[in-house]
Amino acid sequence: MSGARAKIMDSIRRGLHRGAPDEAARAECEARLARHASGPIPARGQLDSEGQVALFAKMAEGVSATVERLEGYEDVPAAVARYLKANNLPAEIRLAPAPMVAQLDWSSQPLIEVTAGASDGSHKVGLSPAFAGVAETATLMMVSGPEAPTTLNFLPDHHLILLPRSRLFGAYEEAWARLRAGYGEGEMPRTVNLVTGPSRSADIGHVPQLGAHGPRRLHILIVDDEAAPER
Amino acid sequence: MQTTAHRFTEKASAALADRELQGMLQQMRVHVPERRQAAVDALPEFETLRDRGRAIKDHVIANLDFYLERFEAKVTAAGGKVHWCADAAEARDTILGICRKAGARTVTKGKTMVGEEIAINAHLERHGMIPVETDLGEYIIQLRDEPPSHIIAPSFHVSAAQVADTFLEHHTHLDPKRPLGDIADLLSEARGILRSRFLAADVGITGANFLVAETGSTVIVTNEGNGDLTQTLPGVHIVLAGIEKVVPTLEDASTIMRILARSATGQEMSVYTTFSTGPRRPEDPDGPAEYHVVLLDNGRSAVLGTEFQDLLRCIRCGACLDHCPIYHAVGGHSYGSVYGGPIGAALTPALVGLEKSLDLPNASTLCGRCESVCPMRIPLPKMLRNWREAAFDRHLMPARARWGLKLWAFLAKRPALYRRISGAGARFLAWRGGKAGRIASLPFAGGWTRWRDLPAPEGETFQARWRRERGGA
Repeated sequence: MSGARAKIMDSIRRGLHRGAPDEAARAECEARLARHASGPIPARGQLDSEGQVALFAKMAEGVSATVERLEGYEDVPAAVARYLKANNLPAEIRLAPAPMVAQLDWSSQPLIEVTAGASDGSHKVGLSPAFAGVAETATLMMVSGPEAPTTLNFLPDHHLILLPRSRLFGAYEEAWARLRAGYGEGEMPRTVNLVTGPSRSADIGHVPQLGAHGPRRLHILIVDDEAAPER
Repeated sequence: MQTTAHRFTEKASAALADRELQGMLQQMRVHVPERRQAAVDALPEFETLRDRGRAIKDHVIANLDFYLERFEAKVTAAGGKVHWCADAAEARDTILGICRKAGARTVTKGKTMVGEEIAINAHLERHGMIPVETDLGEYIIQLRDEPPSHIIAPSFHVSAAQVADTFLEHHTHLDPKRPLGDIADLLSEARGILRSRFLAADVGITGANFLVAETGSTVIVTNEGNGDLTQTLPGVHIVLAGIEKVVPTLEDASTIMRILARSATGQEMSVYTTFSTGPRRPEDPDGPAEYHVVLLDNGRSAVLGTEFQDLLRCIRCGACLDHCPIYHAVGGHSYGSVYGGPIGAALTPALVGLEKSLDLPNASTLCGRCESVCPMRIPLPKMLRNWREAAFDRHLMPARARWGLKLWAFLAKRPALYRRISGAGARFLAWRGGKAGRIASLPFAGGWTRWRDLPAPEGETFQARWRRERGGA
C-alpha cells in the first residue's frame, strides 16, 4: 500500500514540523549508523578469559542451564555419551551439519546413533555449535545457515551446545562485532537466536516451569580450543 | 482498536468484588516489584542504561521517517517485503491477503499486542482461517475467549485451577479423568497440543520488540520459544509491528534489551531474543520461504509533536502495571482496552479518542510509581493530568464532576469561606471517626467506604494548625 506509506510519512513529518530530513540530519543519522557505538557496557563481564568462563557458568546456573568444561573437541563424544546415560535417554543424537561438529570422531562411542541436519520434531537430543557466548548473562548466540539449522535450537527436548572458549565474550556488543567481522557491515544471517537457559513459562498459576515449547534442558559444553575456528 | 473503556467504573466494581482475582493481585503487589528490584540492584549500570535507552528512542522519534525508510530498504534487500498500514483495517486486510495467497488454513501466532490492537484473530476467523495463539498465556485466554489482562502476562487473571477447567472443556479428545492437578501436567498438555499446531501451520504471525534499521532485522523476545517455532516452521512469516519500534543499530537494541527483561519480569535476560532478517537463504536447511513486515501507524504518528509524544518511547515491558496501585486493585480487564495500567490509561485516549476512554486518565492516584520504574522514563502522571485537563477543556466530563470542580474552584478562590467550610468538614469527620479514627460508612462516599475505611482527619485542618503553631506566618 504505497498510498499508506505516503500518508504515514506525511503524518510523521507534519508532527515533527518539517519536511523530508535535510542533508545535515541525514548525514548525522548515517554517521550514527556507521559508528554503531556501544552504550554503557556492564562492568561485570569485563574480565580475563578464566573470569568470563566462571561468570558464564555462574549465570548459566542461575537460569537452570548446565555447563561442562572440556579440554578439547576430542572429549565431546564421551561427554555426550555421559549426558545421554545420566538422563536415561536413547543413544541417539541429531547434529548440526557444521564443520566443528562434523569433524568429531564418534568411533569411541559406537553405540550412539549419529545423524545430521535440521529437525522435524522427532529428535530427542540435538547438538549445535554456538557462534558466540556472552558471559554477562550466560547467553548463547546461535546463527542460522547451512551448518546450523534453527529448528535444532527449539524442537529437541534436550539441547547440547558446543561453545569454543575463544568465542566467549563479556558483552553482547563484542559478539555483534565478531558477527559483523564474519558477515559484513549491516548484514545478518536469516536468524540470530540469543538463547539464555532452557525454555520456560510462568503463565500458569504464576509459577515458573521449564520446557514450555522449546528445550526442557540446555547443556553447554565449553571447549578449550586453541583459537577461533573460522566459520 | 476495540474498547470498552467507557465501562471502567462498572468493571472496576466487579473486579473489586471478585475474590479469586483479588487473591492473585495480592500476590503481585509484593512479589513482582521485588523481583524487578533484585534484578535492578544486581546491575549497577541500570540507571545509566535507562538514560541511554531514552536518548536512543528520542533520537529515533526525531528521525522516525529516516529510520523507517532505512529499515524498509534493508528488509527489501534481504528479500522480505514491508507493508505500510495507516490503520487497523488496512493491517487486517494486508495480513488476510498474505494468508489467502499462501492458501492458509491454520495460522499460528506468537504474542503480539499489536495483533490484539487490530483484532486480527476475529478477522481471520471470519474469513475461514484458524488462528492459534501459541504463547501459553495467550492460548489460555483464546480458549476462554477473553482479552489479555496484562501486557506481558496475558492470562494473569486466570488461576491454575481455572486453566485445568479450561483444558478439560476444550481438549475433549483426551481422557477426562487425566490428572491435571499439577502445573507441570497442564504445561505438558499444552506443549503437546501446540507442538502439533506448530508443525501443521501454514503461516506464522509474530509481533516485534524492535526493528533494527541498520540490518533490516525484526526482533522478538520470549521465554517459551513459541515465537521462534511460530516463525521458523511455516512457509510464511508475518511480522506485525508499530512504527515506533525501530532502533538504529544492534548496539542500540542491546542497550534496550538490558533494561527490558529486568523491567518486565525481573530476569537478567529473557530466554529467547531472536533477530530475523528476510526469508530463508537458498542454502538454509530451514526457515520460512516468505518474510513480510506489516508496519502499523494507527494513531501513532498523530502523537508526534504533541504533549504525548514521549509515549512512543514505550517498550511495552509492563513495569508500570506491575507497580500501579490502581492496577493492583482492579486488574487489567477493568480498563477495557488492549493496553491497561498507566501506559494504557495514557495511550488509549491517543489511539481511540478521549471521548471513548474518559475514565482511564482518572484511573490513577498520580502517585508516580509508574514513572519511577518506567525504563524509558515516560512522564506518565504528567500525561494523565494533561488528559484530565483536555477532558475539562473539551467539555467531555460528566456534569457532576464538572460542577464539583467548579464548586471547589469557587471556594478555593475565597480563602475565608474555604477555611470555614473545610474546618467544619474536618471537625465533622473527626467526630464521625470517633476513637478509632476511621469511618466505615459515610453518605455520598459509599464508593470508598464499601472497600475500605476512610481515615478520619484529626479535627483540625492543616491551615488551622499552621496558624496555631506558627502564628499565621
